[in-house]
Amino acid sequence: MAMTMSQKILAKHAGLDSVREGQLIRAKLDMVLGNDITSPVAINEFNKAGFTGIFDKDKISLVMDHFTPNKDIKAATQCKQCRDFAGKYDITNYYDVGDMGIEHALLPEKGLIAPGELCIGADSHTCTYGALGAFSTGVGSTDMAAGMVTGEAWFKVPAAIKFNLTGSFNKYVTGKDLILHIIGMIGVDGALYKSMEFTGEGLKSISMDDRLCIANMAIEAGAKNGIFEVDEITLEYVKGRVNRDFEIFRADDDAVYSQIIDIDLSAVKQTVSFPHLPENTRTVDGIAEDIKIDQAVIGSCTNGRMSDMRIAAEILKDKHIAKGVRCIIIPGTQKIYLDCVKEGLAEIFINAGCVFSTPTCGPCLGGHMGILAAGERAISTTNRNFVGRMGHTDSEVYLASPAVAAASAIAGKITGIG
Amino acid sequence: MKAHGTVHKYGDNVDTDVIIPARYLNTADHKELASHCMEDIDKDFVKNVKQGDIIVANMNFGCGSSREHAPIAIKASGISCVIASTFARIFYRNSINIGLAILECDEAAKDIENGDEVEVDFDTGVITNVTRGCTYKAEPFPEFIKEIIGKGGLLNSIKQ
Repeated sequence: MAMTMSQKILAKHAGLDSVREGQLIRAKLDMVLGNDITSPVAINEFNKAGFTGIFDKDKISLVMDHFTPNKDIKAATQCKQCRDFAGKYDITNYYDVGDMGIEHALLPEKGLIAPGELCIGADSHTCTYGALGAFSTGVGSTDMAAGMVTGEAWFKVPAAIKFNLTGSFNKYVTGKDLILHIIGMIGVDGALYKSMEFTGEGLKSISMDDRLCIANMAIEAGAKNGIFEVDEITLEYVKGRVNRDFEIFRADDDAVYSQIIDIDLSAVKQTVSFPHLPENTRTVDGIAEDIKIDQAVIGSCTNGRMSDMRIAAEILKDKHIAKGVRCIIIPGTQKIYLDCVKEGLAEIFINAGCVFSTPTCGPCLGGHMGILAAGERAISTTNRNFVGRMGHTDSEVYLASPAVAAASAIAGKITGIG
Repeated sequence: MKAHGTVHKYGDNVDTDVIIPARYLNTADHKELASHCMEDIDKDFVKNVKQGDIIVANMNFGCGSSREHAPIAIKASGISCVIASTFARIFYRNSINIGLAILECDEAAKDIENGDEVEVDFDTGVITNVTRGCTYKAEPFPEFIKEIIGKGGLLNSIKQ
């Protein structure tokens, strides 16, 4: 029976020759992930149920990234609980302040996810790793707890939407613009319960950082996972990071999709999502009014990677952000942070009047490090602009790429660059 | 098993950030989470909710974050059941895994209004609007999911 990429990975991990849409399966996991917010709930449930062992100490990742460096006593207590659990069960991939990164920037960088693998994470943006040709999806804490014990999870086999990409991006148009464009087109539930599978000759011009950004926001269209066909760019990225055998899965030529969407990358424009849903997109060339901003955030699991830092620096070099604007730049991992220092990006950011911080999810979810007051407005390279997402319920978040966010920070209002 | 209560009605795309804002995620305590349930969409929810009440909403309920704190807060606030046209998939999974009853029923979601008195029969999937004297039929759970719920949630089911 013909299968999509996602279906093939699920079938393999369920020990089945084939699976079909809607089938309920139990599959073996290659990685189970949690962070400092979701892991404590999982650990409580794990303990409450009386479990005393984990399935594989090398296949669990605990990353302290949301409220770290700890913002308050309660957050510190939650991290301590994770640290104690990791110590007790000798969990190999425990990342704390000093060696951590934002989980979805960190795991690919460390080679913890390989093409063809199956990963669940108690964080909705776990779908990021589909960029590597893995099947990866967000779950809750109870699923995480069960995964840590058994190394398995239940899945309902998803249908898929195929995105056939052609052409290449224009200058200053990035993966972020593409995924915002797609969410604007299909809506925040446009891919509900489904896979988003990215393929086509246009992939050749999409960098791994951009792929990670695109797959990251599959959940904002309601998708179960986003996945890219494995190619030379994937293999180049995993070389030297992944030191184990992996399998590459390609969709069958006659695989069935619920929808096929063709996109010419050269037609994608710089795009911004207006409050309060990611689907409220407009291209920057169509914004006639002055939308003044109080804050710009450049970072997160969506856009905190090296190419994001470089494009922001290119735009901010020898410039200064507008008076009255706070610009907060947060690299995704310690390695990216260090590379920013080595390449002179840190100096560019600080000279431009920006804050340049240690990795944290912080402001993206209104945790810390850049909360908005009532009536304030931010442009942000993060992934959600729900009511109250970054602070007060009367504040506003506009989602954009690092290029648009940096240009807007300089202008003091939402603007494109080109 | 049945639920019976007064309806708290919401619209499309009720996200997990309004169900339980991230500023309260520095705790996993169920009662404390419940004390902030729905705070950013309905400030009076916590004041008004009674044990057994029912939430009804339209499309894509529970979209956004994977935080299990969202169904935990709803359950711990006393809500006996959530009915919606559709649910975001992680929220749907989480609810089943922690034993919060949820039903997809577009007809009920569209028809039921805030304050209606509603009864739900989980064995048959029949939803009765007591206030307006009509019934709706929801899809009952697949066997696999019934088994998880029957064993008292995912962790108890794998333990057995």
